[in-house]
Amino acid sequence: MSFIRPTFRHPDLPTNKIGYSRQDYEGALSTLCAGCGHDSVSGAIIQACFDMAIEPHRVAKLSGIGCSSKTPAYFLNNSHGFNSVHGRMPSVATGANLANRDLMYLGISGDGDSASIGMGQFVHAIRRNLNITYILMNNGCYGLTKGQDSATADVGSVNKSGHANQFSAIDMAGLALEMGATFVARSFSGDKHQLIPLIKAAMSHPGFALIDVVSPCVTFNNNPGSTKSYDYTRDHIETTAAMDYVPYQSEITAAYDEGNSVDVALHDGSFIQLHKLSPNWNPFDRHLAMNRVFEAKVKGEVLTGLIFIDQNHPDLHAMLDTVATPLNQLEQRNLVPGAGVLEGINAGWR
Amino acid sequence: MHKLSGLNDFVVRFANVNGTGSASANTMFAKAIFRMGIPVSPKNIFPSNIQGLPTWYEVRVNDRGYLGRRDGIDVMVSVNPQSMKKDIAAVKAGGYFLYDNTKALPNELHRDGIHYLGVPMMGLCMEQFTDPRQRQLLKNMVYVGALTALLDIEVEVIQQIIREQFKGKEKLVNPNFEALQLGMQYVQEHFEYPLDLKVERRDLVGDRILIDGNTASGLGALYAGATVAAWYPITPSTSLVQAFEKYANKLRIDPVSGKKNFAVVQMEDELAAIGVVLGASWNGARAFTATSGPGISLMGEFLGLAYFAEIPTVLIDVQRGGPSTGMPTRTQQSDILAAAYASHGDTRHVLLFPSTPKECFDFTADAFDLAERLQTPVLMMTDLELGMNDTMSEPLTWDENRQYDRGKVLSESALEEMTTRFGRYKDVDGDGIPYRTIPGAHPTKGAYFTRGTSHDEYAGYTEDATVYQASVERLLLKWETAKSIVPAPEQYQTSYQSNLGILFFGTTTQPALEAIDLLREEGIELDAMRVKAFPFTESVRHFLENHDQVFVVEQNRDAQFRSLLVNELEINPKQLTKILNYDGFPITADFISTSILERVHALKAV
Ligand SMILES: Cc1ncc(C[n+]2csc(CCOP(=O)(O)OP(=O)(O)O)c2C)c(N)n1
Ligand code: SF4
Ligand SMILES: [Mg+2]
Repeated sequence: MSFIRPTFRHPDLPTNKIGYSRQDYEGALSTLCAGCGHDSVSGAIIQACFDMAIEPHRVAKLSGIGCSSKTPAYFLNNSHGFNSVHGRMPSVATGANLANRDLMYLGISGDGDSASIGMGQFVHAIRRNLNITYILMNNGCYGLTKGQDSATADVGSVNKSGHANQFSAIDMAGLALEMGATFVARSFSGDKHQLIPLIKAAMSHPGFALIDVVSPCVTFNNNPGSTKSYDYTRDHIETTAAMDYVPYQSEITAAYDEGNSVDVALHDGSFIQLHKLSPNWNPFDRHLAMNRVFEAKVKGEVLTGLIFIDQNHPDLHAMLDTVATPLNQLEQRNLVPGAGVLEGINAGWR
Repeated sequence: MHKLSGLNDFVVRFANVNGTGSASANTMFAKAIFRMGIPVSPKNIFPSNIQGLPTWYEVRVNDRGYLGRRDGIDVMVSVNPQSMKKDIAAVKAGGYFLYDNTKALPNELHRDGIHYLGVPMMGLCMEQFTDPRQRQLLKNMVYVGALTALLDIEVEVIQQIIREQFKGKEKLVNPNFEALQLGMQYVQEHFEYPLDLKVERRDLVGDRILIDGNTASGLGALYAGATVAAWYPITPSTSLVQAFEKYANKLRIDPVSGKKNFAVVQMEDELAAIGVVLGASWNGARAFTATSGPGISLMGEFLGLAYFAEIPTVLIDVQRGGPSTGMPTRTQQSDILAAAYASHGDTRHVLLFPSTPKECFDFTADAFDLAERLQTPVLMMTDLELGMNDTMSEPLTWDENRQYDRGKVLSESALEEMTTRFGRYKDVDGDGIPYRTIPGAHPTKGAYFTRGTSHDEYAGYTEDATVYQASVERLLLKWETAKSIVPAPEQYQTSYQSNLGILFFGTTTQPALEAIDLLREEGIELDAMRVKAFPFTESVRHFLENHDQVFVVEQNRDAQFRSLLVNELEINPKQLTKILNYDGFPITADFISTSILERVHALKAV
């Protein structure tokens, strides 16, 4: 059941650059369990879109099936949404994006949705560098079907029913790097200071931007022994770099030590300012990033932050060499070669 | 010994090894006869393999314009030692066996009652040409030359085709001419020619074309304004998307930027292919995919979503032999039920059944209009026979006045003027078809949440029994609306003449029409109907109800089309007699007429 929020808006609510209040970015009331990590991610999405002054109707939000995939109903009410089928959101998003390259695409998925049933579509969307912000709400379990282990559950992680997982865990950030993802980040639903700027940066990235968000399931996988619980994550979090998302270069104010800070110019004119926590970390080096992710996995750390970015790789439209006009706006006269041409074609078949 | 005779009425079968370049020589042969104004009907019979296995190419030449396959081979052109024994056995008594006698034919391959015409195809090429690969290819032209003399084909016509074929590779024209000449000359020096089986120029082809259905479908999608094509390779549908892409690369390039007004993506599987179609259609582009049986199975879940969430979806099913991987390079009409009711829950889909390349073109274009008008999946059901064989057809035409029917889409201004709340699944017009909006249309109005879960008129999630039931019943009302806009069946009589009827669809049409003529010669008159679409219109019911017996002719084991008729129209099954061919070869007129004859005699005996 979704509940519609009252539309009354307080006249004094702060508004963003385009005159929208935060409320304009909200959705229906959530029906997820109280304390579910996914709701915090929804909150971060709302905040990011408000801060960036995105017009909600210029966003298309798509998801698969799962508690996580329900969340698009709970943010951006004025965006078109598409809750598709389990594990197949990437293909639907691919079609949507091909039809209109001018909208922003926000894909929401779960670890069951992307690491099991939808693994094929996940990796292939990455290979094509589909221009999408792909938020994977990762709780190590299947929330909606009541807590079975997912393929991202760590070996030895114990779920609510006391069962310890034996099967090797898939690291979605590591996998995405391997598949050629052009933006790979990891975060934690409980750390909105990190998550919000990452979402902004991902939405500014012209290609496939994965944010693997550890997002605990309070009902089935937040117990001691689980490696996707709030406590475990807080205790084991490691960060590549603190970061700020800076909408315009002119606004850069904070000064950081030379050599310890990296500015990443994004294509839409905004910037990411990274404050490296480790001096030999470099967000432009896929090889290093893969090593670092692997290392963290071995140590049982939850490595968060922006892990890798490559802004210069062509996206799917560039690779297909499609026109700048969205394909869904081409008119019949652009599309029909004409009766005369068809007569010529007929002649070739005689 | 008896010699077969026939003027413009015979069947030639070529027995080749695939991957040896025979296909293009064989096509030239068929095209030459076609250009002499005589109707031809070529069929490929090929294995699921790339190189080294037997393939056959069968050309029926027929003055009366019958395009179905005919039983019995009058002339066998044998260049494949592997299948020789079988090929010899397939020749009709009094028929001809043209073979390469560079090496002598083993004694056990001699059969009484047929005529052997040995031409040293390879030997002649060895003497004339030096390059081994060229020898292999030109050997094919030698047998074309032999046939030219034997069947009295106009040599200038073949030469012209050779010139066109090698346009831009002029170096190859002369060797091909020489090889052609070698074959002709050998026949002229060694046999009585032409045979009593031969061709003679006619004017029976008019402006018709010889084109494969897949190319025509691909062109249909192009003219219909498809901008997104997503697919996964599978025989026999592959060439359809490839044709779309080939023509789009020529005809859909933006004149200013040189960029593409379309996108073709080869996806990771059929689930993803249909997912792309849903996403693109949802977002307001015209999109399609093409597949065959196994792909239809994989697309089931998404087809249910498209049906329930009401997303226009165009899917072309080029059917092949099933079940499972089945006979991937043989033809069947065996996905009928899987397509009609694809997906779980109560679902049903609009199907179109083209029977000629022209209809492949027209119905593909219609599929886009229907899918957008009805906001539902439309599956065009063609098959390997139509899709992959050059078929004589009326030329493709496009009416310049035709306007795409984009269906009920609310524009930005329509939304702006709206005073009531937009309800995505609200039946405003009473025809079961709601209005939709395209993402990005309007800043504050028109957004909705598309879902495969049960929803109310505003696309909100609901578990309310009444609301759910009303929503699935509205889909039935939409189904009724569909009946009034899908292509109506073709009737072959102005009023019913007989208490017996014959009903067919798709590629069964040509042989069925011929069978009707054959049966008339036997004194059996049949009323005929060709169904072009599902849901069935009232006229289909009328036809069935007004005949004591209707022969339902189809190419599958389980009489799937008949089941659909019985189920949808609640017709007494006893009234519908199954005429079924499911060996993977195109059904023939002889098979249909003999089967019907037997049944009619049995009926009379009762
Ligand atoms: C084809 C198919 N199989 C199974 C299901 C049942 N199902 C619904 S959600 C889900 C798992 C969801 O897990 P995840 O993506 O991790 O989402 P979470 O609920 O944990 O957020 C499953 C198996 C389904 N909807 N469709
Ligand atoms: S079951 Fe778990 S994942 Fe689902 S809503 Fe509840 S807490 Fe969240
Ligand atoms: Mg999960």
